[in-house]
Amino acid sequence: MTEATMAVTTAQAPAAPAARRLLIASARWRWWEFAVWIAAFAAIVLLPRQLLLLNEIAILALFALSLDLILGYAGIVSLGHAAFFGLGAYAAGLIAKFGYGDPLLGLLGAAGCAAVLGFATSFLLLRGSDLTRLMVTLGIALMLQELANRESWLTGGADGLQGVTMAPVLGRFDFDIFGRTAYVYSLCVLLVLFLLARRVVHSPFGLSLRAVKLNPLRARAVGISVNVRLVAIYTMSAAYAGVAGALSAQTTQYVSLDVFDFIRSADVMLVLVLGGVGYLYGGILGALIFKAMQDYLSSVTAQYWQFWIGLVLVILVLVGRDRIGALFSRITVPFSRGARS
Amino acid sequence: MTTALETRNLVKRFGGLVATNDVTISFQQGMRYALIGPNGAGKTTLVNLLTGVLRPTSGSVMLEGQDITGMSPFQRVRSGLARTFQINQLFPEMTPLETVGLAVSERQGHGREWWRLAGSKSEVIDEAAAILERFGLTDAMGVPTKVLPYGKQRLLEIAVAIACRPRVLLLDEPAAGVPEEERHEILDIVSGLPNDVTVLLIEHDMDLVFSFAQRIAVLVNGGLFMEGAAKDVAADPRVREVYLGEGGHG
Ligand SMILES: Nc1ncnc2c1ncn2[C@@H]1O[C@H](COP(=O)(O)OP(=O)(O)OP(=O)(O)O)[C@@H](O)[C@H]1O
Ligand SMILES: [Mg+2]
Repeated sequence: MTEATMAVTTAQAPAAPAARRLLIASARWRWWEFAVWIAAFAAIVLLPRQLLLLNEIAILALFALSLDLILGYAGIVSLGHAAFFGLGAYAAGLIAKFGYGDPLLGLLGAAGCAAVLGFATSFLLLRGSDLTRLMVTLGIALMLQELANRESWLTGGADGLQGVTMAPVLGRFDFDIFGRTAYVYSLCVLLVLFLLARRVVHSPFGLSLRAVKLNPLRARAVGISVNVRLVAIYTMSAAYAGVAGALSAQTTQYVSLDVFDFIRSADVMLVLVLGGVGYLYGGILGALIFKAMQDYLSSVTAQYWQFWIGLVLVILVLVGRDRIGALFSRITVPFSRGARS
Repeated sequence: MTTALETRNLVKRFGGLVATNDVTISFQQGMRYALIGPNGAGKTTLVNLLTGVLRPTSGSVMLEGQDITGMSPFQRVRSGLARTFQINQLFPEMTPLETVGLAVSERQGHGREWWRLAGSKSEVIDEAAAILERFGLTDAMGVPTKVLPYGKQRLLEIAVAIACRPRVLLLDEPAAGVPEEERHEILDIVSGLPNDVTVLLIEHDMDLVFSFAQRIAVLVNGGLFMEGAAKDVAADPRVREVYLGEGGHG
């Protein structure tokens, strides 16, 4: 029976095996991807003094990854992604404060809350231009910040949420002052959510998102329900941002109003653009560059480090990543020019 | 004979301009139609109304007896109504394989599956590969669409529509901009579609129209000027006057 099926298949389309190989190839793991994750885990032992910073990087990377899901894969711009980060942070903080100190439970709660908010607000983004989307997302984050400020009985208002005490991760690993548990915990969460995201973007659903981003008119004309797909990815992205916020709340055991700050939304966009949009590693690379520059430059020129970040950003966007990449390869492959002419 | 697609008193106004003027027309299942008319007659607008890209000012559209006037474009595609665009609407950064594979996978109902790798379903791969072969696109199936020559992109535009396996197919000037010698190749593939597929072809090249169409509808200034068997329309002196007589159409 297998033979018969195969015979029919080959008779129908000789190009099928090649087609399968091509499609699968785009999802194959590259060597440098392994290198990224090995390096991230090796840092636990190699950089024991930097674990607090590395934890911040992992959290920022997850936050930027969540933005990449909507910006890089569905073309939805947002200037208010901190809304979900902040909601996740408060959700996780409050869950812990009210006696449920288990970190994973807090993550789930935060993801759930952020997903509900993402789902509800996604409908405001279906129609409208990029400008509308920027303003709507910005507005929602502002509203949440003001809400958190006003309901100080719950959130602690401007004083921040105090009394967040976390139980050990998995009942075994206590959070320590060096940030070791924190980094390992955040990194593992990042890895799991990254693998899930990687699966999603290489799925038929992920392919349809790319289509929606590239040409919504044609996407509809092949029978794709554009709105349903956008709602789905926006909800997922919101949940990811919520988890990032939760990690931040749990590992610092403190939440303040600045989780909703406009600056946070702007920074995460900056981080993603620094690292590159639409290939999933942009968030990780961007977070690394951003935090490393911040850490280094603020020790050299305490106040003006943002100047240099800004300069890099402007150059990157104006010159274009492709051209910088081409320049690099021209330098590294000195004979390529001669060969071309 | 059953009616595949019909419109009733369809009107579309753009401000003061009446782009579709009270068009009532029906297309019988399995027939090959051509829709002709001078530039700006409202042919593309009519296709946009049929496929839901535009909402009519008044009137209705019926697909196989069902009123689809309020249906969104993607629902109409799932109900068996597909189209090509006068100006290519493709996914520039995607390959022909991904494009056709996407259309096939959506039609087969796999489009929401997020847990599976794209390319892991053999039904999708086999059908996509077969379509690419039929259109002579296998050699180019792995390169981004934007680098393909225009003729190939035009073929892909039609391949995507056919991957939706429509029962009614609307082709908006599929051969426009395609070199003379490749035009017949395009129309041959369309002619080779199963007999029960209804095809409506918009085309300015009268040789192509007459070699393809069994029936012809003529639009003038948004209104349906006449509809009838190809040879009757060709012979009609009024049609010659408003359209065929003009000559020199590109
Ligand atoms: N979105 C729109 N807004 C305003 N006017 C429009 C719009 N679309 C089409 N029109 C006008 O409606 C009329 C019909 O246009 P349409 O594109 O349907 O013509 P057509 O028969 O397809 O012409 P062609 O042979 O050049 O493709 C034209 O006068 C055009 O300018
Ligand atoms: Mg037209």
